[in-house]
Amino acid sequence: MSIVTGTTWNAYDAATMSAREIYGLTLAEMGKHNDKIVGLSADLAKSTAIVRFADAFPDRFFNVGIAEQNMFGIAAGLAKAGLIPFASTMAVFACLRAGEQIRTDIAYQNLPVKIIATHAGISFGHAGTTHHCTEDFAIMRSIANMTVICPADGIETSMAVKACVDIPGPVYIRIGRGFEPPCYEDENHEFQIGKAIQMGDGTDLTIICCGIAVLQSIEAARTLQEQDGISVRVINMHTIKPIDREAILKAVRETRRILTIEEHNVEGGLGDAVGSVIAESGMGCVFKKHGIYDEFATIGYAEDLYAHYGLDANGIIDRVREMLGREYEADEDWEDE
Amino acid sequence: MPLTDVERQELKNIAKKLRLTMIDVMAWSGGAHIGGSLSIAEILTILYFKYLNVRPEEPCWEDRDRFVLSKGHAAAGFIPVLAMKGFFPEEELKTFNHFGSPFAMHPDSNKVVGCDVSAGSLGHGLSMAVGLGLGARYLKKDYKVVCLLGDGECCEGSVWEAAMALNHFKLGNVITIVDRNRLMIDGFTEDVMALEPFADKWRAFGFEVIEVDGHDFDQLSIALDRAWGVKDRPVLILANTVKGKGVDFMENNVVWHYASADSALCEKAKASIMNS
Repeated sequence: MSIVTGTTWNAYDAATMSAREIYGLTLAEMGKHNDKIVGLSADLAKSTAIVRFADAFPDRFFNVGIAEQNMFGIAAGLAKAGLIPFASTMAVFACLRAGEQIRTDIAYQNLPVKIIATHAGISFGHAGTTHHCTEDFAIMRSIANMTVICPADGIETSMAVKACVDIPGPVYIRIGRGFEPPCYEDENHEFQIGKAIQMGDGTDLTIICCGIAVLQSIEAARTLQEQDGISVRVINMHTIKPIDREAILKAVRETRRILTIEEHNVEGGLGDAVGSVIAESGMGCVFKKHGIYDEFATIGYAEDLYAHYGLDANGIIDRVREMLGREYEADEDWEDE
Repeated sequence: MPLTDVERQELKNIAKKLRLTMIDVMAWSGGAHIGGSLSIAEILTILYFKYLNVRPEEPCWEDRDRFVLSKGHAAAGFIPVLAMKGFFPEEELKTFNHFGSPFAMHPDSNKVVGCDVSAGSLGHGLSMAVGLGLGARYLKKDYKVVCLLGDGECCEGSVWEAAMALNHFKLGNVITIVDRNRLMIDGFTEDVMALEPFADKWRAFGFEVIEVDGHDFDQLSIALDRAWGVKDRPVLILANTVKGKGVDFMENNVVWHYASADSALCEKAKASIMNS
């Protein structure tokens, strides 16, 4: 286990600092305890906040200029030399501009390169579609050897960044622009890669979500309980791959209605990962994937886009109410599962 | 140090044997990038039998020199040289391309003992060499990283991203070699996508360029001695070669970029190698 101390964050930190900022500070702290950690950026050291690590350890930080393919190739070489590279750029440039370097140089060779992808989803909405990334889950989860994580907030980002060092292969951690409100009060909860976090014991429906959708789903669940008397369970599926099959099947068994929510195209993302688990299980349930419906998102500030695409609490409430009217066919051996 | 007569003759003998093995691999595998493998026979030979400090009995020795075959399609030349160096028995080459074999058209570093880096998608190797060089510097290791590119590969923009980085980081521990055989799949490089003025491009990127006949061991040796001594800037060895070198009917003939041959043609190729 890597030794990391002095890097725990609370809700005040998360409310006053972006997830990126917390990531940069966490990595800088980790660097003190692990001299194998090196950092890379492609002229986005400030935007991705890895500059905090760069300032602390200039001899093991490499800015390669605006050249993402080169950055991930260099990261592969650094890993081949025995180091643990953290490479940061915006999600869209990591997945698509340098997608082949990530697949072929890093994942194929199963190298411990940690890809910290910022500005994911539609979080940089006003930058326009060039800077959106609603394809990364689909790309990354289909690459063998890759672990895919989407933390709920800055606190969980810090926990994921600390945990990913112990994964021997590549890890993709997706964060947004990071101005979203925190979801957790502090780090006093267990975070384990590949192990979903169940929030609440709702019995009528389960929302399986990740990233910014976690807090919105919690708020939606609270409102639904108060206004409709609907009991909603929320599962923070922070690890998209490997997906926590047990948590999904338990939710199907106990609530029979599953709604997935992601800041991603509904094609190929969390919803498909969850849907596959349910379909293969043979268990019947009402299932709905919610996210961006196979379109390039429109332009606007992130919070306006979240409202437009129904990724805020109001949108989630609407989806839940729609779903409760739908029927599912119970299996004959219902009780035996 | 200039090559001695004995050294030169030994290297020539190894290169000849390597070429003969490449023909065998082409037959065993059912097809190979034979042209671009034959063109680098002398480069591979002098690297593995004179310059690279590697230990076949300890393939992951952490202080070894690294070799990155960025033109990964030349596995039919590279993997046999590893066998001849003693990383694994030459007999295993007979499995080349077959189900479950560690050896494929493009080398896999997780499967081929002695292969430092997987490669095959062109334009990737030099960036990984930069990473190895930066890593060596940070870890205070003295090893060298040698990266061999194809000339056609240099159409890839990522090659020039890496070249820029080698100069920016003043990585004298990375030695770049280009196999300038002037042919790519669709024809001559200058017809498909002109590279010239090629040496000037590398100079403009901050490289010291040493141009040699890539089939002349003495010239290669002088260039590698020079490159090994440089500490603070990147060096490019521009190795002018002939695609298909050593087999008269394959030389400079684009048909032999990737090919297979029946036993009669393989014998003809071997006879040509023996006579060259």
